[in-house]
Formats: sequence, C-alpha cells, structure tokens
Amino acid sequence: MDALDQLLKTFFDWEAMAAVVPNMLTVGLPNTLILAVSSGVLGCILGMILAIMGTSRSTALRLLSRIYTDIFRGVPAIVIILLIGIGLGPLIRELTGSTNPFPLGILALTLMASAYIGEIFRSGIQSVEKGQLEASRALGFSYNSSMQLVVIPQGVRRVLPALVNQFISLIKDSSLIYLLGLLASQREIFRIGNDAAANTGNLSPLIAAAAMYLVLTVPLTHLVNYIDKRLRTGRPEKPQPDDAAALIGKGAQP
Amino acid sequence: MSDFASGSLTGKNLHLSFGSNHVLRGIDLHVEKGTTASVIGPSGSGKSTLLRVMNRLIEPDQGDILLDGRSVLKDNPDELRQRIGMVFQQFNLFPHKTVVDNVSLALRKLRKLPAEQARAEALEQLDLVGLKHKADARPANLSGGQQQRVAIARALAMKPEVMFFDEATSALDPELVKGVLALMADLAKGGMTMVVVTHEMGFSRNVSDTVTFMDAGVVVESGPPEQLFTNPQTDRLQGFLSDVL
Repeated sequence: MDALDQLLKTFFDWEAMAAVVPNMLTVGLPNTLILAVSSGVLGCILGMILAIMGTSRSTALRLLSRIYTDIFRGVPAIVIILLIGIGLGPLIRELTGSTNPFPLGILALTLMASAYIGEIFRSGIQSVEKGQLEASRALGFSYNSSMQLVVIPQGVRRVLPALVNQFISLIKDSSLIYLLGLLASQREIFRIGNDAAANTGNLSPLIAAAAMYLVLTVPLTHLVNYIDKRLRTGRPEKPQPDDAAALIGKGAQP
Repeated sequence: MSDFASGSLTGKNLHLSFGSNHVLRGIDLHVEKGTTASVIGPSGSGKSTLLRVMNRLIEPDQGDILLDGRSVLKDNPDELRQRIGMVFQQFNLFPHKTVVDNVSLALRKLRKLPAEQARAEALEQLDLVGLKHKADARPANLSGGQQQRVAIARALAMKPEVMFFDEATSALDPELVKGVLALMADLAKGGMTMVVVTHEMGFSRNVSDTVTFMDAGVVVESGPPEQLFTNPQTDRLQGFLSDVL
C-alpha cells in the first residue's frame, strides 16, 4: 500500500497543514476578507448604479450599462486582474508612491463583480409588478421617489440569494490577486497555501487553504438556502378571514 | 365619513393612441362635485385607460382635464395625483411595508408630516375602514377584501379631492365584495367625488349619480342610472346589459 500512503501523504500531511494554519488565520484570512468584502461592498454600489441605469427610461444610460456589463461579464477574471493590476500599477505608483497591489486588485474585482451584481439587481427590479410603480405614482410620488421607496427595496429583497452567491464567487476570485505580486504580509489564503506547497513539495497546505475557503463559503450557501426559503414561504402567519368585513358599513358611517 | 374637500372633474375630448391602437377616441366625462360617476362597458373599451389619463399616469394625446373648473394639464403631474386618490383592481399595496406604513408613507414623504403624526393620521384612516387592529400586519397576511380596504385608506389619507376606483372588486372573492362596495357607498354618501370603473351593475345603478357606457374608446351613452338601465337608447348598451345582467 505504498502508493496509497504516498497519496495520503501528498494530500493529508497533518503536520504540513498544522504548520501553515496559523499563518493562514492571522494573515491569509484577514487579507482574503479585506479583498472580498471591500470589492463586494463597492461592487454593490456600482452594481446598483448600473441597475438603475439599465432600467432607466433613457436609451443612452441603458446602452452604457449594457456595454459595461457585456465587457466585464464577458472577459475572464484573470485577464481583467492582470490588465488593471499590472497595467495601472505604474500610474498609481507615480501618483501615490505606493506599490501596494490591493487597491488595484480590489478595483479589478469590483469592476467584475459590479457587472454581475448589476444584472442581479436589474432582474430583481424588473421582477417587481408594474402595479407597484403605478400605485406609488398614483399617490403622487415622482418616478425617482417611487423607484427609491417602493420598487428597488422590493427588487433587492428578491435577489438576496443571488447576491450572496455573488459574494461567494468574490471570496474565491480574490485568490487571483496573487498574480499581482504580494509581499509576505499581503498574502491571502490561497497564496499562503500555495507558497507552503511549493516550498515543501507537498499539496497538504493547499488542502488547508481549500478547507479555509469552505469554512467561509459553506455557511454562506446555507444562508442563501435559508433566505431563499424564507422569501418563498414568507412568515409563518396565515391570512385570516375577513372578520371585519361585516362591520364595515357601520365602521365607515360618520 | 363626510366633509371631503372634494371638487368637480371634467375630461374634455380626450384622445389617446398606443401606436396604431386608438384607445380613447374623444372622451367627454364630467363629474359634479360630491357625486359619483360610474363607467361601465366591455373589457378593452378603454375604461381603465380613461382613469389613468384623467390623473395623467398616461398623458393624453389631445384634450383637456379640468379639476374644479381649472385645466391641470400644465400642472406638475405628481402634484395633480396627490389630489386624486386611486384604487386598483389588484390592490397594489406595498408588500414590504406594514399596513400602517402603507397608509402613512405618502403623508411622511410627500406631506412631510413627522412620523408620529403621520402614523396617527394613518391609524385614523384605518379605523374608518375598520382595520385599525391590522395596523402592524403585513399586507400578505390580510384577505383580499381587507387589502382593498387598506388601499382605500391609503388613498384617502392624502385627503384627495376626487377618488378613482378601477374595478376595485373584480379580483375579490364573492363574499368579500360586499364589504368593499359598502365602504365605497359610504364614501359616495359622504360627498366624495368619485369615478368608479366597475362591473358591479348593482353598485352602478344604486349608488352612482351618473352612468357612462363606453365601448371601443368612445362614450356610447351617458346619463342617470335609471335612464340607462331601464331605457337604454343604443343597441350596443342593450346588448351589453343583456350580457351582464
């Protein structure tokens, strides 16, 4: 059973894993979260702008949103990260003197995520029944107020599961930032695992990295399922019979 | 329920086309202050569109709209709609807000009332429609009849001068229709100016002051209910009444 032992040793060398875990927790995890959360938040903001443009009554705004979305959704993540991260690097260095790859990495992830998030928001906004906008406008709200108070809040609620899925993608895609060259203190989960694997010739540190990603993503997938179920079934309260209907004639009299 | 600050409403020669589809072909409709005009007619005759044109949810291609004798076509349409309440077939309550928030939203955001005052006024309106006890429920947990009464309270909260009802009972289960119609009759008695698009011939005949029969985008016949229902002058109205009665 030498071959099997060899295989187990390659993937599940507990000592190699234990050696890399502290670094992963103290350096990799915070860095991965910084990348994913900041590009997630910025992506939501930019995505909402794209969705509002994409559902606006102006053809030019709709077209602009369409073109942006097609480009950033259609090009592989790795290409965008390299183009933005390496292409704009010298410019940033000249302007700020900083060589930190994080801002440009976050920018690249944000530009990509916002294309997807924009589509998610747009589909949510467009799924809100036309009568909602009509009722709001009939009350005297302007188009913009109606969107802001009535249509968008409902649309966003409906796409929360898809939004969490997108955030899961971001956590995973943040691993690509290693391509921009990271200092030891800037490494995220994957890079730490990968470096350790390269140094030891053993893949166990990468298994540790995978486990770390699962710790982040699996609860989120369950959160998606929970939100999804909650949205579909609503609150566990049943509609009640129209008990007050009979009283209405009286109740409405002066 | 009385003392509405209601006004008269007039539509003059209203035209509207969607592409080659000529939906309204010169509609005249006049509703005296404090009276109820019902609009009847077959599906697709333009009744619901007429309501949407009269509050400028859809701008007419041609014609004029007068509220209390003054043309409102040059007014800000959002401000015009604050003066005209509208109730829809599908209720269109805001499902993400509680019942009382549905009613108080416009008071807070358009009338700029402080939150507590808006809530107090909203509760007052809910009391009038018999649903104060449902103030903090979500619309989805109400029956259709209750939802429609909340929708009426929501429209009334803005103290409109005119109320539009667009087939307000068509989506309701039969046993829930009565409560909503009773409420509408109370409003009519209280002196609200109302335009009621309806398939409820009983309501049209017994509650409204005038009845307008529309077909294919024109007013075919118009007059007091007794005259239209007992002595229809045109073949089209006779045919329609024999179909629905």
